[in-house]
This record gives sequence, C-alpha cells and structure tokens, in this order.
Amino acid sequence: MFFRKQKSWEIAESEVTDFDIYQNRRQFLNTSISIGLASAFPSMALAATEDNPTQLFKGLSNSPFSTEEEKTDFESITTYNNFYEFGTSKTDPALNATAFPDKFESWKVVIDGECEKPGTYDYDELIKPFSLEERIYRMRCVEGWSMVIPWIGFPLADLLKKAQPNANAKFVEFTTLYDPEQMPGQRRAVLDWPYVEGLRIDEAMNPLTLLSVGLYGKELLGQNGAPIRLVVPWKYGFKSIKSIVRIRFVEKMPQTAWMKANAREYGFYSNVNPNVDHPRWSQAKERRIGEFLKRKTLMFNGYGEQVADLYAGMDLKRYF
Amino acid sequence: MSAKNKASMVKAGVFFICLVPLIYLIWGLFTENLGANPVETLTRSSGLWALRFLLITLLVSPIRWYTGLTAVVKYRRMLGLYAFFYAFVHMLLYLGLDQLFNIHDIWKDIIKRPFITVGFISFILLLPLVVTSTNKMIKRLGGKRWKRLHRLTYLVASLSCLHFLMLVKADIREPVIYILLLLALFFVRFLHSFNKKSWSLADFFRKLIYNTSTLWCELTISQ
Repeated sequence: MFFRKQKSWEIAESEVTDFDIYQNRRQFLNTSISIGLASAFPSMALAATEDNPTQLFKGLSNSPFSTEEEKTDFESITTYNNFYEFGTSKTDPALNATAFPDKFESWKVVIDGECEKPGTYDYDELIKPFSLEERIYRMRCVEGWSMVIPWIGFPLADLLKKAQPNANAKFVEFTTLYDPEQMPGQRRAVLDWPYVEGLRIDEAMNPLTLLSVGLYGKELLGQNGAPIRLVVPWKYGFKSIKSIVRIRFVEKMPQTAWMKANAREYGFYSNVNPNVDHPRWSQAKERRIGEFLKRKTLMFNGYGEQVADLYAGMDLKRYF
Repeated sequence: MSAKNKASMVKAGVFFICLVPLIYLIWGLFTENLGANPVETLTRSSGLWALRFLLITLLVSPIRWYTGLTAVVKYRRMLGLYAFFYAFVHMLLYLGLDQLFNIHDIWKDIIKRPFITVGFISFILLLPLVVTSTNKMIKRLGGKRWKRLHRLTYLVASLSCLHFLMLVKADIREPVIYILLLLALFFVRFLHSFNKKSWSLADFFRKLIYNTSTLWCELTISQ
C-alpha cells in the first residue's frame, strides 16, 4: 500500500536514532532538550546515548499467544494514542509525554486491598522476579481502529499471586498516576481523574492478561503508558490502563473512569464484540492502522478460545 | 486591466484559495503526512472544511452590512458550493472507505446512529440549495422564494454543528467553538433585523419571538 512505503529520507528501522532519543528521555528532561532540537542536532542526541545506554530487553521468550499477523509499525504505535492524561487528540500524547515519567527508577506501584501480602514496589523490584516475554497481540480500540503490537511483559497473574488475594477479592482495581504537573491533560476535567479501570479477578488471572513494560524490544514510552501498563487484548483498548500506580483487590465492582463519564456507552466488561454496537457507532468492523478499508471485527478480538468461558451464561448485550 | 478582468481575476483567486485544503490533503496523502490513520484525517478534515465553509458563507452578509463591502456578495455562491463540495467529499469517504458502498449497511447506520442521521440529513438539505444555485433557477423561483429556500443554510449549519458535537467522546471544546461561532452569526442577524427598515411594535415582537426561539434552539443544541 502506497502510504506504507518508506520515505526517501528514512533509514532502516534498526538505525533510526529516534529510538535512542526516546530511550533517553529522562536525560533529555534533565538537560531540557526537546526531541525536535535533538533531531536537529544529532551529535547532542548521540552524546546523551553514550552517557546512559538504552535499556533494551534481550533474551525474551516467545509466547504461544502471539499472533502471526503483520505488526503495526513503531511510528504509528507511538504517535497515534489515546491517553487523555496527555491531551485528547491522538497526537497529543507523543508530544506531551516526551519526558514522562521524570522519575522512572523511583516509580512506585502500590498493591493493596483484599490480600495477605500488600506492598509497595519500585519499578525494578516489581519486574525483576518475572521472566519477560514478547507477546504480539491485536489491540482493538472502542473507536473502531486496531493495531498489532509486539508487547513485552509478564502475566498479571504472576504478580497478583505474590500478593495472595483473600476470599473477598472479587475484582482488581487499577489506578493511573495523578500528576497534573507531568500530565497536562489532567488540568482539565475531561474525565474524573485519576483514571481508574478494573477487571473481575478471573479476568485478571487469565493467562492472556499482561503487564507490559515495553514494546518492539524497548522500554515503553510515556504515550504508551510507561513505565508499566496493563494489556487486556480481548477488551477494548481503554480497559488496558496505562502508567499504573496502584493495584487493589476489592470486593465490589470498581467504578471505572469511563463508566463515571458515560456508563451507557462504556460498560465495565467492554469485551470486543462485533454484535454489540456502541450506542453511537457499529462495532462490526474496524480499520487496522495502515490499511484503507475496514475489516470485520472478531468476537473477543479473536481471543474467544482463551476467554469465552469466562462469560459462559452471561448476556453480553446486558453486560457489555 | 479593465474592471471586469480584475473582478474575474479576484474570483479565480478566491476559487483557488478555497481549493487549498483539498490540495493540502491530497498532498498529505501522497507524502504520507496524514498521521497513522490517514482515512480518519481525511474524513475529519473534509467534514471540518464543509462546516467552515458553511460558516464563511454565513459571514458574507454581515460583512456587507457592517463594512459596506457589497462586492463580497459575489463570492457567496462559490463559498456555498465549496461547503457542499467538502461535504460531498466527506460523505463519499464515509460511504466508500467506512461502508464500502454497501447500501444495506449504510441505511442501517443512518437509521440507527443519531450522529450519522443528523449528518446525513444535513447533507440532503444541501442538495436543494445546490440545485437552485444557478441564475436561471433564481429567476425561475423568484428572488423572494429563493431567499426563503436558502434560509435552509441556517438549519444545515446547525445540524452540522450538532453532528460534530455528537461524535465527540469526551472533549467537547472543538465543536463548542463552532457552535459559538454559529451563535454569533445568528446573533448578528438578530441585531441586523431591527435596522433593516423602519419597524413597528408588532414587527418588533414578531421578530423578537422568532429570533429568540431560533437562538433558544441553538442553545439547547449546544447543551
């Protein structure tokens, strides 16, 4: 397709300096050099990379859950984002999250609620015990577009089990960072901040549910939910909460940010379902980013084999 | 250069300026500068330009009233037709790239989705305006009837704003800007209606009721 071909000035993906620039965003915050300036003066960008080698994930195992479908290109995945904390247009997050998060190493995630072993973890503590794998998942946005993304992460269940949830833990509630200083989109009450999402405990424990720390072999960028985010591939994208600071076991179904904004349009389950339309548009089809025409949307985004039994006997029109 | 030549030069200039958004989009498509989802960009931009041209068309009369630049009226038809042209492109993109020209799906979508319904009605209402845009048709209808018919533009602009407002997920700032602009255009007309001719008290109240009801409709739409 003609809009997919490489531009004449582009170099091979492996040589794109942008990755390094992005990877060193923390240095760039410190030195207050914008990406634009850095690309204009590549020598400055290179100097920054020598100071601090980029963290690339190596020795990743492949997941049997990965799709063979063609991956969406890195540029699209990192420039076309819904992350209202950084602005409501698709291009805002990439522009406003270049220096996010500023305190990557000291990022803390609280795990609490109905469990035996609550705790607070640094980023490194959080991911160190787990072996990371690459999972190429389809992602379907509620707005009718989709991507194929090579995530890097580990099953959420591995982390949850460590906290030893008790018998009262029926749901898991996730919270995104609230920090209007770093997240300019939060200065306006577009949603009831902080962003909250939730899963039923069995959904959270499903082997498909991933905590992701990277994509395309590299650390997550701010716009993709750095440093750690959820990926629930059989649900609409907004269920996959970004930049998590809290994971809480709860007894009652959490009130999610989108339910508070408009419960009629955004249900708790939000499973990808071509047969249940969004009140304002059909969900039967989707446009894969990079393609001109729409394709048919698959039930549970194509993950029915793994998750359909979670909803056995449920009326998915009512519990949408 | 004769005055006539000069006028047609200006007209040609306006014509090409109005084409710039289209050229920009086509250029963007071939140089891959329309972002990760070019179809969305094309659809959104063409819709936005249709709405913008509607508002620009509605701006022509106020400019004439308040600046005395009577010449601007000469471009109103062209601006209106451009509004239709961008709306047509917008519609075609939806029919083709969203619905693959599947009549069944399109019809289902129009009935089921309020924002599509509103957009579709808005487009349909433009058709009688386009058909009656020629000098011949103005003559045939008679100035007064033609004028009355072309007040449909107000409805089309209102419905277009509503269409925009309804498709937004959470951040309504952008459609609200257009709604405010349209309200301002209505308000200017409301004010102007008083000094067009010497007015009677009955006339004043008739207009007051008519114009405030129009305003009220607009306000409820913007809620």
